[in-house]
Amino acid sequence: MEARKIEMLVGVFVTVAIAAIVFLAMQVANNSDATRGETYTLYAKFDNIGGLKVRSPVKVGGVVVGRVTRITLDREYFEPLVEMRISTDFRGFPDTSSASILTSGLLGEQYVGLEPGFIDDDVFTLEDGDYIYTTNSAIVLENLIGQFLFSQGND
Amino acid sequence: MLGFFRNVGRDTLQTIRGIGEASIMLVQALIGKPQPVKMFPLLIRQLYVVGVQSMLIILISGLFIGMVLALQGYTILVDFGAEQALGPMVALSLLRELGPVVTALLFAGRAGSALTAEIGLMRATEQLSSLEMMAVDPLRRVVAPRFWAGFISMPLLAFMFSAVGIYGGYFVGVQWLGVDDGAFWSVMQASVDWQHDVMNGFIKSLVFAVVVTWIALYKGYTAMPTSPGISAATTQTVVYSSLAVLGLDFVLTALMFG
Repeated sequence: MEARKIEMLVGVFVTVAIAAIVFLAMQVANNSDATRGETYTLYAKFDNIGGLKVRSPVKVGGVVVGRVTRITLDREYFEPLVEMRISTDFRGFPDTSSASILTSGLLGEQYVGLEPGFIDDDVFTLEDGDYIYTTNSAIVLENLIGQFLFSQGND
Repeated sequence: MLGFFRNVGRDTLQTIRGIGEASIMLVQALIGKPQPVKMFPLLIRQLYVVGVQSMLIILISGLFIGMVLALQGYTILVDFGAEQALGPMVALSLLRELGPVVTALLFAGRAGSALTAEIGLMRATEQLSSLEMMAVDPLRRVVAPRFWAGFISMPLLAFMFSAVGIYGGYFVGVQWLGVDDGAFWSVMQASVDWQHDVMNGFIKSLVFAVVVTWIALYKGYTAMPTSPGISAATTQTVVYSSLAVLGLDFVLTALMFG
C-alpha cells in the first residue's frame, strides 16, 4: 500500500513537470523559428549596419523569413558584410530585391527588411550564396542630427 | 613563517584529496553493471523523498518570485511606457537565471541537507558498515539512487518553478496591474527562444543538480560519525553547494549569454 502511494505521488510529480515543460514550449517560447529546418544563404553589403546583431530577424513586409547568421567586414573595400539564412519556404526572391536595415519602433531592435523587386524576363531569382546588391544602410542618429544642423546653418 | 607555508600546503593537499575522494566515490557509485530491477524501486523511493517533497516549496516560491518580478518590473517599465515588455522580462529572468538558480538553492536547503544528514546518520549508526558486511556495496545501494533522483528531479523542479513564476507574473501584471493580455503573451513569445533560453536554462539546472547532489552525498558519506560531525557536514553542504551554484552560474551565464 505504501509503495503504491509513493509511486502514485512520483507519477503526479513527473506529470506536473511535463505539464510545465509543455506550457513553456507552447505558451512561452517560440519554436517556429524561420531558421530551423532547410535554409539558404544570402549576402548583403551595407555602408553601415548600425546596431544589427547576429540572430537579428530578416523580415519581408513584417513577416520573419530568416535570421542574420554572421557579420564580418569585407576585406577589400572594408564594408560590413551580412550573411543571412532564409528559410527555403520563402524561395525565389528576384535579384532586383533590396535590403535595408530598419528599426522596429522608436527604441526597438534593428532588423533587415527585404523588399522584393520587380520580376521581368531577364531577372533571375536569388539562390543560395547570392548577393543582394541594392542596400540601404542603417540610419545613424548622430549623422541625422549633423545633417539637420548643417541645413539649418545654410538659411 | 614556516608554519604558515605548512598550513597553506596542508590545506591545499586536503582540498585536492577531498576532490579526488569525491570523484572516486561518484565514479564507483555510478559505473558498473546496471541493475534495473533492483534499483528502480529504490530510485522511485528517492524521487519521492527528493523530488515530490520539494515540490511544494518550489511551487510556492516560484509563484511569489514571479509575482514580485512583475510588480517590480512594472513600476519601472511604466515610466517608459513599455509595459508590454513585462512578459519577456518576467519570462527571460525566470528561464535564464532565477528558475535554475533559486531552485538549486532551495533544493540544497530542502533536499541536500536532508541527504547529508541521512547518510551521515547511516554512517554513525554503522548501517553502511552492516551493508558492507552483507556484501552489499553501500555506494551502489545508498549513494547511486540518491544521486540519480537529484539529477532527475532538479531540472523538472526548475521547469515547474519557471512555469509557475510566469503564471504568477501574468496574474499580477495582467489581472491586477492591467497590462494588455494579448501583448503580454505575444511579446513574450516573440522574444523567448526555445533553444537559446529554455534549453540553456535546462543545461544550467542539470549542472546545478550534479553539483548540489554530489556535494550533499560526499559530505554525508565522509561526515564524522558524531552529533557535531553530522551537524557540521549538513551546514557545509548548504554553504558549499550555495556558493558552488552561484559561482558556476556566473561562469555558465558568461559562456551562454555573454
